[in-house]
Amino acid sequence: MSEELKQQSLSHQEMGVVQIEHPFTEAARMFAANYAAVAGLLVLAIIIVVSLLGPFLYTVDPWEMVWSPFSPPGAKGFLLGTDYLGRDLVAQIIHGGRATIAVGCAAALLSVLIGITFGALSGFYRGWVEEILMRITEFFQVLPTLLFSMVLVALFGASLQMIAFAIGIVSWTGVARVTRAEFLKIRELEYVTASRSAGAKAPTLIFRVILPNALPPIVVQAALLVGFAILFEAGLSFLGLSDPNVVSWGAMMGNNRPFILQHSFTIMYPGLAIFITVLAISLVGDGLNDALNPKLRKR
Amino acid sequence: MQFLIITLKRAGFGLVLLVAVLALNFVLIHIAPGDVADTIAQDAGGLDAEIMEQIREDYGLDLPLWEQMAKYFWGVARLDLGYSFYYNEPVTKLIMEKLPATLLLVISAQVISIFLGILLGVTAARNPNGVTSHFVTVLSLVGYAAPVFWTGIMLIILFSVIVPIFPIGNMIDVSVERDGIAYVIDVLHHLVLPAVTLGSIFLAIYSRLSRASMLDVLGSDYVRTARAKGLSEFQVVFKHALRNALLPVVTTVGLVFSGIISGAVLVETVFSWPGLGTLAVQAIVARDTPTILGILFFSSLVVVVANLLTDMVYRIIDPRIKTSEGSQA
Repeated sequence: MSEELKQQSLSHQEMGVVQIEHPFTEAARMFAANYAAVAGLLVLAIIIVVSLLGPFLYTVDPWEMVWSPFSPPGAKGFLLGTDYLGRDLVAQIIHGGRATIAVGCAAALLSVLIGITFGALSGFYRGWVEEILMRITEFFQVLPTLLFSMVLVALFGASLQMIAFAIGIVSWTGVARVTRAEFLKIRELEYVTASRSAGAKAPTLIFRVILPNALPPIVVQAALLVGFAILFEAGLSFLGLSDPNVVSWGAMMGNNRPFILQHSFTIMYPGLAIFITVLAISLVGDGLNDALNPKLRKR
Repeated sequence: MQFLIITLKRAGFGLVLLVAVLALNFVLIHIAPGDVADTIAQDAGGLDAEIMEQIREDYGLDLPLWEQMAKYFWGVARLDLGYSFYYNEPVTKLIMEKLPATLLLVISAQVISIFLGILLGVTAARNPNGVTSHFVTVLSLVGYAAPVFWTGIMLIILFSVIVPIFPIGNMIDVSVERDGIAYVIDVLHHLVLPAVTLGSIFLAIYSRLSRASMLDVLGSDYVRTARAKGLSEFQVVFKHALRNALLPVVTTVGLVFSGIISGAVLVETVFSWPGLGTLAVQAIVARDTPTILGILFFSSLVVVVANLLTDMVYRIIDPRIKTSEGSQA
């Protein structure tokens, strides 16, 4: 709370100094000046390109048993070795990236949609709407996320869609809180009052006037949510709740889990892939945060 | 007096949330494909329709829906979370048996991460460009990005396989009968790796947070005044500044509680720690719906109570907050 006040007073200070520049160019320039964030973006781009194009360039079938189980990395030309069924780990990591990133993005998208709806409506209408929506949000904050997703996936089947849904449905409370806070702040500003008195209806006010200005912190949350969802999927898969028809990094770790002690490399590589991806995402998220909230830059 | 009223109000709302969790549980049981009879039939390799009817009657599944719901709620009110046909034991009893192990793990992980996190955060804040500060930055990134079960496995490989100083899992060494102090030491020996693993996520959060809030506080006027009075550096930092810097950390401990339970489920699985998380995973594998929903309800109860406690602690250490809206304003 005192932090918010401070940010505001800082922004007033800066108003006199900041040159007029298109907000987007300014954000892009600040992002580009943040080496860690640029590195994160680069790594992320590589990961995405490899998962999309990799299967065409590296044609080993991730399901095929190519060599004896648990061949150590490098054996018989298989760079990372083979898993418990003798399947090529390189092929699995390349193919697994697709499912992992897809689940991450789908779950994050669902979270963002729910979160924005809840946050925007409660921040805009206030009163009993806010009361009800915020109570529902608190309900989802109390629900133990992983356990609830486990129940959903176990009861309704471990398909990729269900997993993405189960992750998205428990992860949106942060977005809702951020969106509501932004709406509460922005709805009192003069340009909103101006639009309102010019006759703008609620949908216009929400979607065209307030939401675009509330987006920066939501974008940051969304980026971090993708990373969170990837970790979440890995956790569910590790517990055995993964789509048996799809290769994902999480599923690779879940499948090889009984052999942790003897053949740890089968778990180390997919875990490393997740670690690097999520690390890259959070570097990008931090970079976006600094670039989109110039007031916070001093942090 | 006001403190009491607010606390009671919060507790009342917590109760409403728990009833909502129960309702959700009930809905889940009924929209999920297959019921108790189907599960038992599957385990037995098929049963005839008559016996399945009998089972449904035994479990009260032939009653009207509202009556089943009333029975379920009434049962929970008497601390009866249903009966596990997989373990052949009441769910409440199962949970109470596993609870101590989980509490031990969760509390140790929290104590480690809060203590170390604040220590790191304070040290980093006193020298923002120093080694500790960079360490906190790296730690907060790594702690967030590494899947917690993967961290656990890597620690097992390092400290149980390559350098075997810690056991690979479980809570006690079953091959040796121990009691008294030897038993306690054995449990602590088994506790180290799981607690460190679970703590790693929260160490990342707390150290970053306490660095940020300490930086804030150290720049404030009253700290300058304290320095100007000639107080020792120790008194300024630990007696004056820390108290205020701790507030965001306390709030966060309450907020991350649901995450603590998620983490505990994964860490317990990695280390075969005999707690609620392991029980939940076994129940999922066995399709033991009453047990898994019982754990879901019980964990929600824990989160509600934890939120209530953090709220009270917050009010006690920060007397400025008087109204129920204060924590959000």
